[in-house]
Amino acid sequence: MELVTPALGLLFWQVVTFLVVLFLLSKFAWKPIMGALREREESIDSALSMAEKAKLEMQSLKADNERLLNEARAERDRILKDATDAANHLVESARAKANEEGSRMIEQARLSIENEKKAALTEVKNLAATLSIDIAEKLIKRELQDEQAQRALVQSYLQDARLS
Amino acid sequence: MKKILVFLLSVLTFSAQAAESAEGGEFSPGQMITHHIGDDYVWEFAHGVVLPLPVILYGENGLEIFSSSNFYDEHGKPRPYKGYVMDHGHIYYANEEGEPRIERGENGEAKPVGPLDFSITKNVASMFLSVILLFAVFLTIAGRYKKTRGRAPYGVQSFFEPIIIFIRDEIGKTNIGPKYERYMPYLLTIFFFIWFNNLLGLMPGGANLTGNIAVTLVLAVLTLLITLFSGNKAYWGHIFATPGVPGWLAPIMIPVELLGILTKPFALMVRLFANITAGHIVILSLFSLIFIFKSVAIAPVSVAFAIFMNFLELFVALLQAYIFTLLSAMYFGGAVEEHDGHGDHGHGDAPHAVEAHH
Repeated sequence: MELVTPALGLLFWQVVTFLVVLFLLSKFAWKPIMGALREREESIDSALSMAEKAKLEMQSLKADNERLLNEARAERDRILKDATDAANHLVESARAKANEEGSRMIEQARLSIENEKKAALTEVKNLAATLSIDIAEKLIKRELQDEQAQRALVQSYLQDARLS
Repeated sequence: MKKILVFLLSVLTFSAQAAESAEGGEFSPGQMITHHIGDDYVWEFAHGVVLPLPVILYGENGLEIFSSSNFYDEHGKPRPYKGYVMDHGHIYYANEEGEPRIERGENGEAKPVGPLDFSITKNVASMFLSVILLFAVFLTIAGRYKKTRGRAPYGVQSFFEPIIIFIRDEIGKTNIGPKYERYMPYLLTIFFFIWFNNLLGLMPGGANLTGNIAVTLVLAVLTLLITLFSGNKAYWGHIFATPGVPGWLAPIMIPVELLGILTKPFALMVRLFANITAGHIVILSLFSLIFIFKSVAIAPVSVAFAIFMNFLELFVALLQAYIFTLLSAMYFGGAVEEHDGHGDHGHGDAPHAVEAHH
């Protein structure tokens, strides 16, 4: 019976001490400890999620880089191709232009030669005509000095022409 | 470190208890055991190494504070002091012959009468020691948390941190639910208070504090009060109008439920008290065997069993602290739970599997 009868003194001291302990430990031990634990868990949590985010970011960054690189490569290829095309085109057009120019010059030359030829021929003809006229004039001048003979000739023509 | 502690614990316990048991002519194991598990006005660490503790009385002559050594003369014989006499571990008013004063109660029973006794007994002193330890340990840890903010724990901090987290996660969060935070200071305090005192009780010359009904009574009543004051509508609704029970059963159900409120802390009180006291009694009984048989030959057997018991008690010390905390948490959980008409209702059905071991 002694064993299961709570003693007043111990009851009193237990209540007082326990409440004091509860109060002081709550205030000065459990509060900072629980706070620190929670804070640390939160910081670990956030660090983990940040690492995860960083990983994702890294991945997207890598993908971005890859994309950029590919784009740059494509751009380079396109530019190279364009340049080649342009160069080819330039050469082609230069060649065509040269050809054209050449043929145009040849044609011009041919035309001028033709013209020169014509002019020369005309001149030659004119000269020949002048010469012929001069010769004829001289001849005629000589012929017409002999009046008798002219008359005879006219007579002969007249005779030939049948007046009808 | 731990090994040394366990060794000291075992060896010193034996020597202290063995030495004390040998005193007096006729050896009475019952008396010796009762004396050991009971309270005392002195703290006897070993035979002859005695610390007298202060006696604080409030009686007919008002408040009296003096050392308990005044109850013994220079030859160690008991004597009355200032009108008080100590008899069988209690302080009574002394009559002229220096014997406890006997008065007859209303029912005619003769009973010695005494003052209100607020003495710092062995149990109270042991409790103060445990409180100093608790403050030393946990204020140090709290300081560490402040100092090494957000960094890894070390030393004593890393020893207690998993236990604190276990209590928070496995006892608090699991059993109380989202409102667990409010109850954490109480749960942590009772856990470490009971555990530390259990272990101190196992120390050589230690007091049987947690095996004292007054201590467990206070702890159980605190749990009861917190449960009652945090009971929500669902909790009281469950008591006064148990869902699913027809109304005409209310005259039976309400008293049963009200009784249930009281039986839960009562069980808490008795469980801790009985477990710790029983452990002490078993170890002391094993040592008594040596003196009952008056043979050294039996000593190795006794010692072997006692060592085994001591290890078991180390485990029980932790287990009982855990169970007390767990059940308190379950009662709180039942009081704050938002009922959806299912489940355990926090009436503590689940932990019976654990209790069955003891």
